Amino acid sequence: MFQLETRPVPSATMRLLSPLIAALLMLASGFVLFTLLGQPALKAFYVFFVQPLTTLYGVGEWLLKATPLLLCSLGLLIAYRANVWNIGAEGQLVMGAIAGGGVALAFPDVSASWLMPAMLVAGVAGGMAWAALPALLRTRFHTNEILVSLMLVYVAGLGLRFLVNGPWRDPEGFNFPQSRMFHEAAILPLLHPEMRVTVAGVLALMLVGLIWLFLSKSWLGFRLTVAGQAPAAARYAGFGERRNVWIAMLISGGFAGLAGVAEVAGPLGQLQPSVSPGYGFAAIIVAFVGRLNPLGALLASLLMSLLYLGGETAQMELGLPAAITGLFQGLLLFYLLAADLFIHYRVRRSERAPAAVLKEATR
Amino acid sequence: MLSRRTLITTLLAAALSSPAFAAEPLKVGFVYVGPIGDAGWTHAHDLGRKAMEKALPGQIKSTYVESVPEGADAERVIRQLAAAGNTLIFTTSFGYMNQTQKVAQAFPNVKFAHATGYKTAKNVAIYNPKTYEGAYMLGVIAGGMTKSDTLGFVGSFPIPEVIRNINAYTLGAQSVNPKIKTKVVWVNSWYDPAKERQAAETLIAQGADVLAQNTDSPAVVQTAQEKGKYAMGWDTDMAKFGPKAQLTASTINWGGYYTRAAKATLDKSWKSDSVDWGIKDGMVALSPLNPVVPKPLAAKFDAKKALFASGKFHSFTGPIVDQAGKTMVAAGQVLPQKGVDTMNWYVKGVEGSIPK
Repeated sequence: MFQLETRPVPSATMRLLSPLIAALLMLASGFVLFTLLGQPALKAFYVFFVQPLTTLYGVGEWLLKATPLLLCSLGLLIAYRANVWNIGAEGQLVMGAIAGGGVALAFPDVSASWLMPAMLVAGVAGGMAWAALPALLRTRFHTNEILVSLMLVYVAGLGLRFLVNGPWRDPEGFNFPQSRMFHEAAILPLLHPEMRVTVAGVLALMLVGLIWLFLSKSWLGFRLTVAGQAPAAARYAGFGERRNVWIAMLISGGFAGLAGVAEVAGPLGQLQPSVSPGYGFAAIIVAFVGRLNPLGALLASLLMSLLYLGGETAQMELGLPAAITGLFQGLLLFYLLAADLFIHYRVRRSERAPAAVLKEATR
Repeated sequence: MLSRRTLITTLLAAALSSPAFAAEPLKVGFVYVGPIGDAGWTHAHDLGRKAMEKALPGQIKSTYVESVPEGADAERVIRQLAAAGNTLIFTTSFGYMNQTQKVAQAFPNVKFAHATGYKTAKNVAIYNPKTYEGAYMLGVIAGGMTKSDTLGFVGSFPIPEVIRNINAYTLGAQSVNPKIKTKVVWVNSWYDPAKERQAAETLIAQGADVLAQNTDSPAVVQTAQEKGKYAMGWDTDMAKFGPKAQLTASTINWGGYYTRAAKATLDKSWKSDSVDWGIKDGMVALSPLNPVVPKPLAAKFDAKKALFASGKFHSFTGPIVDQAGKTMVAAGQVLPQKGVDTMNWYVKGVEGSIPK
């Protein structure tokens, strides 16, 4: 029988290469898949991965969809490095949208330049406040932050629904659950008149650099990484676990909140019952495909965004089903996890009978 | 790809300015909110698309994009359909309203039709099925078949379009059985089979024995079938998912409207308008009754259906009182269209309150 055995030293090169290998394997599977669906594979690849980016508008859409994924994953990768499992970025994003959008709705007549910064700050604060709950519960009562942050996603969604169905409903909207459209001062400026991507895209890019500096040069970033990789050593060095949890949750919540306010002050332009098609969850994949590295997260968010766009063009041009997007995303993650498995373990033929192995395993 | 776009634009310009236009197939785009699947709202739209292609053979080339979330993504999809040379685009869910408006401004020569919304423009028409007529008819059967006098309704979102269906269902049932109470469970989704199933189980546990829903999957019909209760098909016939459970179904035939709009675009008579079609116009139809429905009840059902078909009856004909007993429509009066469009109150007999 076969047996998995831990490698003494996982290869550092392979760890960096594994997302690339996963992407290549995803493409190879895609090739087989397209052929089985009766599509000329090369044309299908062109439609899926190239055609969306052949117009200026398309490039704008690519960046537009990558922005919230990147913002959320930048925060999450810090938390995951510190071994703090914030699964609730989606809820923190929604809270950011509520807080930032609330500022826009509270000052409908203000066109002063302080409005937009105030909205952004409110958005970040909203995300942080929502992430503070699991942080408080974990540091005070040792609750599991995975469960708490995940459950708070649904609470945030219901909160938003309550607001757009009740107090913040557009009085001229025939009772339909949505806020009124934001006024011009509450909308982020576009990067280019032919694109829908806003300055939030540039802000996200700048934050990639900032996070990289934070992780590689700052004492705090170092502390968080040590706490994640070697908790015992971190304790020995006197790095308090509580503070790490708080910092990791607040940073990841703040980034998700920023993503939320950038969505409502950008392409949406109003609060709706749903402000995100699951960016906060997709960002978890982005963070891991990006190897918990800010530069990697940038590349991964661009790839994920392209998969969404490609799925749409494939439907329009080739009549392929919508499920193709989810399929490619699933393949990517599957191959990445498989590649990682073989980096950390090797397969060995075992001469012992399976029963003996089992006995050993359960000992 | 720039060259291809230019090519399409040039072709389009040439086609529009020359009499040879009729020879080019008209490109028609559809934006769907859910997967096409084999039942429900989006499936009904796709049947309509196919009916349109059949009615105008060779003159039409249609494209669709399914499972497009309501929100920022919809704008890109609508825009790309317009940029790809579709000259008539149907956006088939309420949440596409503002996005349709935005893209319509950028493509003044493309015709748009938005389902179930309320904003029109020079190149944006709106179309609404009077699903509340179908819901009323379902109520007539439900009211006659219930043994517990308690009906169940699985609601999607508490918006006027859904609230009026709950009210119409209840009023239809009360027309044959004044003791009817309706319990409502909201799932806050158009399509979520797991939640719809849970909601149906909750309603059955609370004593409801005939269920209806304003959601898109056949989960409610399937649940009723398993539990030995009755249910109604919605948007498409769902008898194959619960042949014993489904008493009848309120279905939507979009094909007539799609064919009309495509024809009008072909002969250049298309104008932005607002269409509200019901049983009379053939947009809302009812599936054959389950054989368990007794003859006298079936006769009542047929009589009511004939009244709707002749245009002599309206679902919201007074006297109608709200939950608090306040008269909302006086005896013999009909609720004005504005009241139908903005309905946010329950009629007497519906239990609970509208989530705020």
